[in-house]
Amino acid sequence: MSRQSVSVTRPSAPEDGHPPAPGRAAGAGGLPRPVVRLGRSATPYTFVSPFFLLFAAFGLFPLIYTAWVSLHDWNLLSSENPFIGLENYGELFADGYFWNAAFNTLSVGLLSAIPQLALALVLAHLLNRPLRAQTMWRITLLLPNVTSVVAVVVIFSQLFGREFGLVNLVLGVFGVDPVNWQADVASSHIAIALMIMWRWTGYNALIYLAAMQAVPRELYEAATIDGASGARQLRRITIPMIRPTIIFTVIVTTIGSMQIIAEPLLFGAQVSNGASVTGGTDRQFQTLALYLYEKGFRSFEFGYASAAAWVMFLLVILVVGVNYLVVRRMRGGLE
Amino acid sequence: MGTPRLSTAHRMNKITRLAAPMIAATLLTLTAACGGGGGGTSTQSDGSGGSAEKIKLTVALFGDFGFKPLYEEFKKTHPNVEIEERQAAFADHHTNLATHLATGAGTADVEAIEVGYISQFTAQPDRFTDLKQFGLERRQSDYLDWKWQQGLAPNGALIGLGTDVGGLAMCYRTDLFEQAGLPTGREEVSALWPTWEQYIEIGKKFAAAAPKDAKFFDSPGEIMRAMIAQAPVGVYDAQDNIVVGTNPDIKKAWDLSVQMIDAGLSAKIGAFTPEWNTGFAKGTFATVICPAWMTAYIQDQAKNSAGKWDIATVPGGAGNSGGSHLTVPKQSKHPKEAAELIDLLTSAESQAAVFKATGNFPSIPSLYGQTDIQNFTKDFFNDAPVGKIYSDAAANLKPQHLGPREGDVRTAIGNGLGRVEQGRQTPDEAWAQVLKDVGDIK
Repeated sequence: MSRQSVSVTRPSAPEDGHPPAPGRAAGAGGLPRPVVRLGRSATPYTFVSPFFLLFAAFGLFPLIYTAWVSLHDWNLLSSENPFIGLENYGELFADGYFWNAAFNTLSVGLLSAIPQLALALVLAHLLNRPLRAQTMWRITLLLPNVTSVVAVVVIFSQLFGREFGLVNLVLGVFGVDPVNWQADVASSHIAIALMIMWRWTGYNALIYLAAMQAVPRELYEAATIDGASGARQLRRITIPMIRPTIIFTVIVTTIGSMQIIAEPLLFGAQVSNGASVTGGTDRQFQTLALYLYEKGFRSFEFGYASAAAWVMFLLVILVVGVNYLVVRRMRGGLE
Repeated sequence: MGTPRLSTAHRMNKITRLAAPMIAATLLTLTAACGGGGGGTSTQSDGSGGSAEKIKLTVALFGDFGFKPLYEEFKKTHPNVEIEERQAAFADHHTNLATHLATGAGTADVEAIEVGYISQFTAQPDRFTDLKQFGLERRQSDYLDWKWQQGLAPNGALIGLGTDVGGLAMCYRTDLFEQAGLPTGREEVSALWPTWEQYIEIGKKFAAAAPKDAKFFDSPGEIMRAMIAQAPVGVYDAQDNIVVGTNPDIKKAWDLSVQMIDAGLSAKIGAFTPEWNTGFAKGTFATVICPAWMTAYIQDQAKNSAGKWDIATVPGGAGNSGGSHLTVPKQSKHPKEAAELIDLLTSAESQAAVFKATGNFPSIPSLYGQTDIQNFTKDFFNDAPVGKIYSDAAANLKPQHLGPREGDVRTAIGNGLGRVEQGRQTPDEAWAQVLKDVGDIK
C-alpha cells in the first residue's frame, strides 16, 4: 500500500514526516493534534479490545496460571503448595491411567465423529432439495442438540441399562444375551459414541445444508443432464464444493471430542458412585476430561490436574493439526 | 471519492472516537461487577448479632436433613434471621465446599460434611470457625465420644458438631424371604446370621428356593463397606497411614465379598444408581445394608412396597456407616448466628425430632434410653421398632479412626469388586490392582 492510498483513506493524516506543531491545527473538537492522531490510530484497537480483554481475563490468564499451578504440589485444601518443577509432568507421563484416558478419548472421538459427519452429510444432501415442510425437517434436525446433555445421557443410560434397559430387551427378542454395556471397553465406547452422535449429527447436517445451498444449481443441472446419479453428484460436486465447511466441522468436532466429560461421567453413575469419576470400574470409558476432573475435583490435586490439562491442551492442538492436514489433502473430483 | 462522503466519514470517525472508549469502559465495569457479585452469600450487614438487623444465613446440605421445621424454631428466638437452605448431590456438595474454601468465596454459613470427608476438612482448621469461640464445647458431654472427636481438628479446634450416626442394620424383604421358605420375623431372621459366613449360607438357601429374578443382595460394595466399618481398624491406622494391604480384616472382608459374588448372590446393582432405585421398587434384591439414614431412602424409593420390608440386625456386629457434622466456614459473615443455629440443629430435642421425621439416628446417647425413641416404630418397615434397633446398634459401636482420603480408598476397593463382578478380572488380579490404586493415594 502506497503512502498516497493511506492519505486517501485517512484524509486528515499528516502528509509528511514532520512532527506536527502543537496547537498548529486544532483538529476535530479543538483537541491538540497529537491527541487526535493518537485517538485516530487507537480507535480500531479500542473497538476490538473488549474481546481481547475478556479473552485475556477468562482465556489467557487461566491458561498461564494453570501452567504455573502445574509446577506445584498444589492441593486444593492445603495452605502450602511447594514448587516442584516438572515433577507432575513426569508422574503424568508415567501414569498408565492417563494414557488409558487418552486412548479412550481418541477411540470414542473416532467412533462418534466419523459416522456422525458422514451421516450429517447424507442427511444434508437429502434435505437439499425441494421438500414439503422444509422448516419442520430442519428444526427436527436441531432438536436433539437443544436437549440438555444430562437429559440425553440419563435417558440413553436407561436404554442401555443391563437389567431393565430397552436395548437389551430388544436384543433379547433376537435371542442375544443381555449386554453389560458399561463392563467392556468396546460396548461402552459404542454406547457413549451413540449419545454424542444423537446430539450432534443434526447440528452438523444443518451446517452442511447451509453450505450446500451456496453451491451453484447449474452444476447439478449439468450433472443431471450428463446422467450423474444423486450419490455421484454428492461425491463429485457437493463434497468438493463445501470442503471448507467440512474442514470447519471436522476441527470443531475434533475439539468437542477431546473434551467429552458429561457422557462418561453420567454413564458411569449407572454402575456405582465410585465408578462415575473413574469412568467404569476398570476405567473402561474414562476420557481425558474426566480424568482431569477426577484428579482436580475429587482428589483435589490441582497441581497434577493442571499438568494433565496442559498436556491435554497440547494433544488437542496436535490432533486438530493432523486432522486439518488430512482433510485438506482429501481431493475432490472437481480440482 | 467525493467531498460529501469524506465529511460523512469524518463525522462517523468523531462519533466513534468518543463512543468506543465509552463502550469499552462500560464493558469493563460490567465485567468487574460480575466478578465481584459471585461470592456473596450473606447480606451486606456485618454480623453484630443480637440486634434487630436483618441477617440471612445459608445452610448447605447434601439431600434433605429434615431441618426445615427447626428453622422455624430458630426464628422464634432470632426474628431477624432469615434462613436459606441449599441442597446438592453428595459428591457435588463436598466438591463445591472444597472449591469454595480454596477460592475464598461462596461457602454457606453452615456447611454439612459427611464423615467420609470430615478428616480431610478438619485438617484445615484455619478455613473454619473454631466453634469453641461461641461456647459450643459445652456440648461435649452430650455426644458419643468418638462422634465428638471426629469434629475436632488436629490442633484441638472444634470444627463441627455431629448430627446423626449410621449404626448398621440389615433391611430385608419379608415377601421374598417367605417365597424362599425362610423365616420372616425380625428376631428369627437376626438369629439366622450372627456372622457373615452364616449370611452367605442363608443366601445360598435363598438362591435355591427364591424366584428366579430375585437375588439375595444388591451388590457387594456396601456390604464390604459395612464389614470394614465393623473392624476395630479400618482402611487407616491411627497415624493416618493407609493399611489396606496389611490389615487382615480388610482382606477378610474382600474374600467374603468375593465368596458372595462367586455364589451368585449379587444382583450386581451398584448402590445409589438409578437401577438400584428401580430394584427397590421391583424387589430385585432381598436384603440391603441399612444404616439408620437408609430407612428414609428406601421408604422414598420403594413407596409401593410398604409393609414388605423389615429390619433385622446386621451380621458381624455393630458398625457405623455415614453420619455428618455441621461446620461454619471462616468465610461466614455471621459466625455467631451460624454457631447458634448449629447448636439448635444438633440439640437433643432436634435430633430426636429429626429421627422421627426422617430416620437419621441421633448421636446423643442420652436419647437412646428414652421411651419415645425406644417405642418409635415405622409402619413402612412392618412396624419395626427402629428406635430400639438403632439404639442398640449405636450403643454397641466401637469407634474407628477415619483418615483424610476415606472416599478415594473406598472408591478403589469398590471398583475392584466391580471388576470381579463384571468378570473383567480374577479376584487376585482385582485385589492387586486395588492395592496399586490405593498405593497411589497420597
